[in-house]
Amino acid sequence: MIETLGIWIAALLTLCILSFLYKDNPFYKFAEHLFVGVSAAYWAVYYYFNILYPNLIQPLFGRGQLLLIIPLALGIMMIMRLFPKVGWVSRWPLAFIVGSYSGYNLITYLQSNAVDQVRATLVPFIQIESWKNLFTNPGVMTFLNAIAIPVVVVGVTTGVIYFFFSKEHKGVFGGFARTGVWFLMIAFGASFGYTVMARISLLIGRVYFLLHDWLGLIQ
Amino acid sequence: MSILERFEKVDRRIIFLLTLLAVVIPLLLPIGFKIKVSEPVQKFYEAVEALPPGSKVLVSSEYDPSTMPEVYPMNQALARHCFKKDIKIIGMGLWPQGIPLNQASMEQAAEEYGKEYGVDYVNLGYKAGGIVVISAAAENMPNTFPLDYAGRPIEEFEIMKGIRNFDNIDLIISLSAGDPGVRHWVMIAQGRYGKKVAGGVTAVSAPAFYPYLDAGQLQGLLGGMKGAAEYETILGASGTASRGMDAQSIAHGLIIFFILFANFFYLLGKRKKR
Repeated sequence: MIETLGIWIAALLTLCILSFLYKDNPFYKFAEHLFVGVSAAYWAVYYYFNILYPNLIQPLFGRGQLLLIIPLALGIMMIMRLFPKVGWVSRWPLAFIVGSYSGYNLITYLQSNAVDQVRATLVPFIQIESWKNLFTNPGVMTFLNAIAIPVVVVGVTTGVIYFFFSKEHKGVFGGFARTGVWFLMIAFGASFGYTVMARISLLIGRVYFLLHDWLGLIQ
Repeated sequence: MSILERFEKVDRRIIFLLTLLAVVIPLLLPIGFKIKVSEPVQKFYEAVEALPPGSKVLVSSEYDPSTMPEVYPMNQALARHCFKKDIKIIGMGLWPQGIPLNQASMEQAAEEYGKEYGVDYVNLGYKAGGIVVISAAAENMPNTFPLDYAGRPIEEFEIMKGIRNFDNIDLIISLSAGDPGVRHWVMIAQGRYGKKVAGGVTAVSAPAFYPYLDAGQLQGLLGGMKGAAEYETILGASGTASRGMDAQSIAHGLIIFFILFANFFYLLGKRKKR
């Protein structure tokens, strides 16, 4: 009974939200406001019982871990942002967060997102195995595998050249930069394609819910 | 008004309606387009498949209900794959709303394969802190997660016996819809501790993770609903992702048609104005 009621509420709210595609209307406004209100309440309760209470309040006041006074003080200083006269106090905990997080992240981020990525492009330009595979088993996939590394190397090089602004993009240098633009455009297009897929997936999810869980039209 | 002008002023709601029909009709009347398994998904499957029975996989859920259609089918298929192979799952999450979804996936698969909570799978729950939690768990898991998601001490569970840190974990899989997520697992678990990491991500973020795959930092990658459908296909178990792929293909075809159609009339209009 409760589950059925839940499905009906979810289905009607889904329709309220989708009705915005026709035009703005009171049903959409109702669902939107309800979502904002419920989300705010949900997160307030969640943060208290799952973060604040077990990580700060219980260990500090229940088990006497006095070291936690420091994060408590920093947290209170952060809330000072709400009071314009003493708002500047919030900069201190913010500085602490930014400083510690960047210090913690810097090396690891550089290693995983720069050094390892650059290393992956430092491979033999011609992959003998891939070319052998192409000649023994000619096909679209084997061809793409054979040219994959040269494409990556050319793409990275010309892409970087495009972002080199200290020299005018003319002549041979300009040609490399324009090739870089093509690689960038293809990358943006692929990225856009994936975005379309993601949005359609979300629509499929909602429609599937309506047809399967609510109306029972799909088994 | 000429045809060209009519097309230029077409009501956007017609496009919405056509898109809706492109999704609804294939869901009601499945076509059954063939789903071809791509290399990143094959690698993901092989990474799990290569583990011997009794291995322990850490599955971290970094998604929420808003991305359920894409990531939840991956979670379900992964749980089934692990239990089918007698692989134990240690669940956790860096997003609070991912915890019940991970739990539901594991419970459903456990029921199908007769697995028991605490013996074959456990859910350590959510811990705030993102990257710091990964580092802390890598060094000392019991200290980072002293209790499971329901507040029970983890020493009670057989699956957690002998688990001290990431050295006792055979594979880490992050199912993520953003940050913290796969990127951070690669940075810490793979980059700093040399652990094998695989990922499942939403389609929006998938292009950003292919370089990790090519660089060998990721063992395999499931990208969006398509990745989930391919994974279901390789496992031979049709799920919600596979069922959505007909609608996905038809909707994509329609959007490609819209793009070509709009550009054709745009160029035609431009030529006429000249």
